[in-house]
Amino acid sequence: MAAVSAGAPARPAGPARPAGPARSARTSRPARTGGPARAPRFGTAPSLGTAAVVLIVVGLVFAVPLVALLQFTFRQGTDGSLTTAHYTALADPANAGTYQPVFDGLGASLLIAVIAVAIVLLVLLPAQVITALHHPRLRRILEFVCLVPITVPVVVLVVGFVPVYQFVAQVFGSGAWTLSFAIGIIALPFAFRPISAAITAMDLITLTEAARSLGASWWTVTWRVLLPNLRRGILAACFLTITVVLGEYTLASFLSRTTFQTALLLVQGTDPYVAAIFSLGALVFGFLLLVAIGRIGQRRTRVRRPHPKDPA
Amino acid sequence: MTTASAPGVPAATLVTSEQATAARAGTPADATARRGAGPRVRRRGGIAWLGLTPFAAYVLLFLAVPAVIAVGSGFFDASGHPTLANLAALGDPSVLRAFGGSFGLSAASAVIGAVVGALVCWALAALRPDGIVRSMIDSAASVLAQFGGVMLAFAFIATIGTQGLVTAWLVSTFHWDLNADGAFLYTVPGLVIPYVYFQVPLMVLTFMPALEGVKTQWGEAAATLGASRFTYWRRVALPVLAPAFCGSLLLLFANGFSSFATAAALISQGGIVPLTIRAQLTSETIIGLQNVAGVLALGMVVVMAVVMTAYSLLQRRAARWQR
Repeated sequence: MAAVSAGAPARPAGPARPAGPARSARTSRPARTGGPARAPRFGTAPSLGTAAVVLIVVGLVFAVPLVALLQFTFRQGTDGSLTTAHYTALADPANAGTYQPVFDGLGASLLIAVIAVAIVLLVLLPAQVITALHHPRLRRILEFVCLVPITVPVVVLVVGFVPVYQFVAQVFGSGAWTLSFAIGIIALPFAFRPISAAITAMDLITLTEAARSLGASWWTVTWRVLLPNLRRGILAACFLTITVVLGEYTLASFLSRTTFQTALLLVQGTDPYVAAIFSLGALVFGFLLLVAIGRIGQRRTRVRRPHPKDPA
Repeated sequence: MTTASAPGVPAATLVTSEQATAARAGTPADATARRGAGPRVRRRGGIAWLGLTPFAAYVLLFLAVPAVIAVGSGFFDASGHPTLANLAALGDPSVLRAFGGSFGLSAASAVIGAVVGALVCWALAALRPDGIVRSMIDSAASVLAQFGGVMLAFAFIATIGTQGLVTAWLVSTFHWDLNADGAFLYTVPGLVIPYVYFQVPLMVLTFMPALEGVKTQWGEAAATLGASRFTYWRRVALPVLAPAFCGSLLLLFANGFSSFATAAALISQGGIVPLTIRAQLTSETIIGLQNVAGVLALGMVVVMAVVMTAYSLLQRRAARWQR
């Protein structure tokens, strides 16, 4: 991805400069300015004006449901007047009974998220690293396996999970946390991608061989070479896993466990305002997590510049 | 989840460098050197075994077993004897309607989502690839594409539900009640609107790499050769982008076909296949046959397998230009 973006510079170098607020000093590559006021445009990208119009129109349309959801959290009855009562009611102990399922569900989802992240770190990550190091030919199989959950819909898997979980319940009990095994599977494709990208971005074999030649033990190689180099990919995988867990509804609803999403639907029946408040909060939280992933990714491209010097 | 593009290359390099190290280790092939390399190889085997076994066991238990049960259960009757009789469920009118509803919903939302999403990608191409606007849009797209589900359903209830913001505005401004014939949002055609809302972001995520693969130099080369912008689009950009566009369209179709949460939060009955599966699992004998959920699951898997195979073929074709 980074290689692609390096090849396609921010386009119009003429009068209309991309409105990127930061660092306008870094011009977009010498190339074809031409000089005159309206340089002819080549290629696929539209002019900045057209782009702005398209993005603003689509952005506004997409903002409507979210604004409506926000307005709904302030709505008083059906007459259109606004109130903050629904927010203050959240803190009111008198309503604790009504809202308890949401907090229970949130707690369960967070616990599931922790276990699912542990599965990614302790099961998927070693498998990916070892495959890359010792069994490059298995990589294709690993990728295929990790992408199966995209091809097989969750609704289909659930048909098989119902009997599997009758067995799981006998072994581990019927706590909501047992869902983390199944949700870990759903998260596989999302966790696999960033880790895989990080592995291909670093020269795994050369670095480990170098460390081994210098006398490092496998333990040292793992802690001092592999994990630091893969850190960003691993972080992104963990964040994505968390968003998958918090957004998961299908499994929990079919296997009748209370998680954040099923609790939202439950509470929506009695107090739709609170369900809306929590939905909005969760959407914002997910957005922030993904912004964090994006920033981690950007730092990688910026950090990469000194990299060629390292071997020298 | 988006691009199945590059894996060929890095895999190949990994193989060759691994073989290279192996060859390097092997070249001073006198007995002592080989004895020195021996235990290390054995230990590697141990580590590999330790690292891969938990993954294999986990995937076997929680992916392979459920998938096989899901697809296989349609071939067994209530007492566990293999039978093909359950497949008759696929001919049942209500099941056919469900598949028809799913196809229509997925196709409509995929086409609208793909066109609008491609338009957004095209507009995004004018922005700096590492700018703040781009990264915000990328994050928002990921959230809406994968995270929505139930919460999107709530947002649309607040928007075009019976008391929705837009519903009220339409009534007061145009005297047109969207929900005049019953609540539109809670019908299968009404689902197209929330579905488009998560299809467009997915299109942005999957189609953007393809659009970024279109090099500026091609436009310059075409212009140098005297092509107008229209000719450039018709002869260069569109042919290059077509496989990626069709591939993304198929992925969107698959996404719409398999999504459940939004529909489940809005519609309590059947109407599309995932909802029919839910109805089957909660009350066993609607049609009078056993394991109908398994048969429906099988039908879904067949559709998904066809679509995803076509997707990966198109993606491979599209990846030629994404270097």
